[in-house]
Amino acid sequence: MTHYLPLLGILIVVIGFAKRWNPMLVVTVAALATGLLAGMDIVAVISLLGRAFNDNRLIAIVWIVLPAIGLLERFGLQERAASVIRSIRVATAGRLLLLYMLFRQATAALGLTSVAGHAQTVRPLVAPMALAAAEKEHEIDDASRERVKAWSAATDNVGLFFGEDIFIAIGSIVLIQATLASEGYDLRPIELALWAIPSAIVAFLIHGVRLSRLDRSLRRRRR
Amino acid sequence: MITLQWAYTLVGLMFAAFALLGLRERANPRRLGNAAFWGLMAVSLLAGSWIGDFANGLLVLGLAGLAGFGALGRSAPPTTGPGERTTLSYQHGNRLFLPALIIPATALIGSLVWVFTPLGASGLIEPKRETYIFLCLGALLAVGAIGLWLKPPALAPLEEGRRLIDAIGWAAVLPQLLAALGTVFAAANVGAIVGEGARMAIPDGSLLPAVLIFALGMVAFTMIMGNAFAAFPVMSAAIGVPLLIQGHGGDPAVVGAVGMLAGFCGTLMTPMAANFNIVPAALLELKDRNGVIRAQVGTAIPLLIANIAIIYWFGFR
Repeated sequence: MTHYLPLLGILIVVIGFAKRWNPMLVVTVAALATGLLAGMDIVAVISLLGRAFNDNRLIAIVWIVLPAIGLLERFGLQERAASVIRSIRVATAGRLLLLYMLFRQATAALGLTSVAGHAQTVRPLVAPMALAAAEKEHEIDDASRERVKAWSAATDNVGLFFGEDIFIAIGSIVLIQATLASEGYDLRPIELALWAIPSAIVAFLIHGVRLSRLDRSLRRRRR
Repeated sequence: MITLQWAYTLVGLMFAAFALLGLRERANPRRLGNAAFWGLMAVSLLAGSWIGDFANGLLVLGLAGLAGFGALGRSAPPTTGPGERTTLSYQHGNRLFLPALIIPATALIGSLVWVFTPLGASGLIEPKRETYIFLCLGALLAVGAIGLWLKPPALAPLEEGRRLIDAIGWAAVLPQLLAALGTVFAAANVGAIVGEGARMAIPDGSLLPAVLIFALGMVAFTMIMGNAFAAFPVMSAAIGVPLLIQGHGGDPAVVGAVGMLAGFCGTLMTPMAANFNIVPAALLELKDRNGVIRAQVGTAIPLLIANIAIIYWFGFR
């Protein structure tokens, strides 16, 4: 039965997120509890946590774009992005996001996952453009503004997730290949990448339909 | 050779500057908290490779404590107001987009040149890390170009960067901490226990329940761990390989590739995938921390059903 004790760490995470406690604290407590319940001593758990945090510093590199993005905002980039969209008569939030999704899927499929992203493109360009498109004819309420911003980020995620696996040298393909190879199934990365295409197409269709419904519901809320 | 450490050092210096500039801001009552938090990030990036695992661990506890007990405040670095920005945006016109494109263009062209020309074999940049190096280079070039063209005050790049990082707050560090949690879970054998449980849930012999538990297990474990990478080895060892591929003769390429994508549907639905779901909510200043997830659930669920159907129909021909 003690075999199952480390699962309490999962429970801490689930309860912590449900209760909306500070995630940094929840995750740290869950990590410490899991390690201790698995029989490690406290120094070993803290060291393990430190090593893993250190090994994942790659994640922090993307923040290097903030000074450039902030500077451009200072000189009115978001306002400019919005006014360009206002000048395009047929632009709607949904159509704009669909176009962005196509761009995101296509570049991710070429392995270029870091050329766009929430910091690089969504905050400075995509979200202000989508908002401007939504507000072109009439003012929209705060709840709708929130929705358009959330959908901008969501579209980036869906495009990235269901584009990147078409590229053969992406981390997840490498992981699938290595995992199956260790079980005796030595596949070529290209075979795996090809099987990512049907899901990529379905993702584009499903999200595209939802984006056109977003347009319709924004129009309804305006009246 | 230009290694990742160069990038860490650059980003570390930036965080150190955020900490120091934050200290000067008397109007923020929590400026000490902000400075300590970004200061610790600077230490991690600048010195993390040399201070040892335990010191790194204490650093993590420090970050979590500062964030968890509300030591971080909102800051207000000097910047332009909304009216001023509208005027500036008309004054500078569409040329404003050019510096914004420098970053992605440098990352894109640099990586392509590196992969497809003999330059890649020159050994100048740490192998497979060139995109990160070119991303940093692009960010520097963009700041340089804006500086030459628009002549902002000397500290403006760092103050504007600090404005954004303080708006994001601790959410900027959460993804890294979640990745560390994944490592602890793995060391504590959580994956093996979950896989065992999933296997017990499958009635013997039938294909559809096995496919369902495989895909739903990928989703559930991805939602707990925050990414599908941790879930895939667990679910493929527990169900994918022994039951679907060996037991039912499934195509390993379909089971592997589409199984992973089923996990990605889980990533769209969990706050544990902080860098995709929580960070953008902070970055876009959404009132609802889970707003991005709410927008994604309607895509994730039908897409999951489609992925299950693809495994079931095409994996077992």
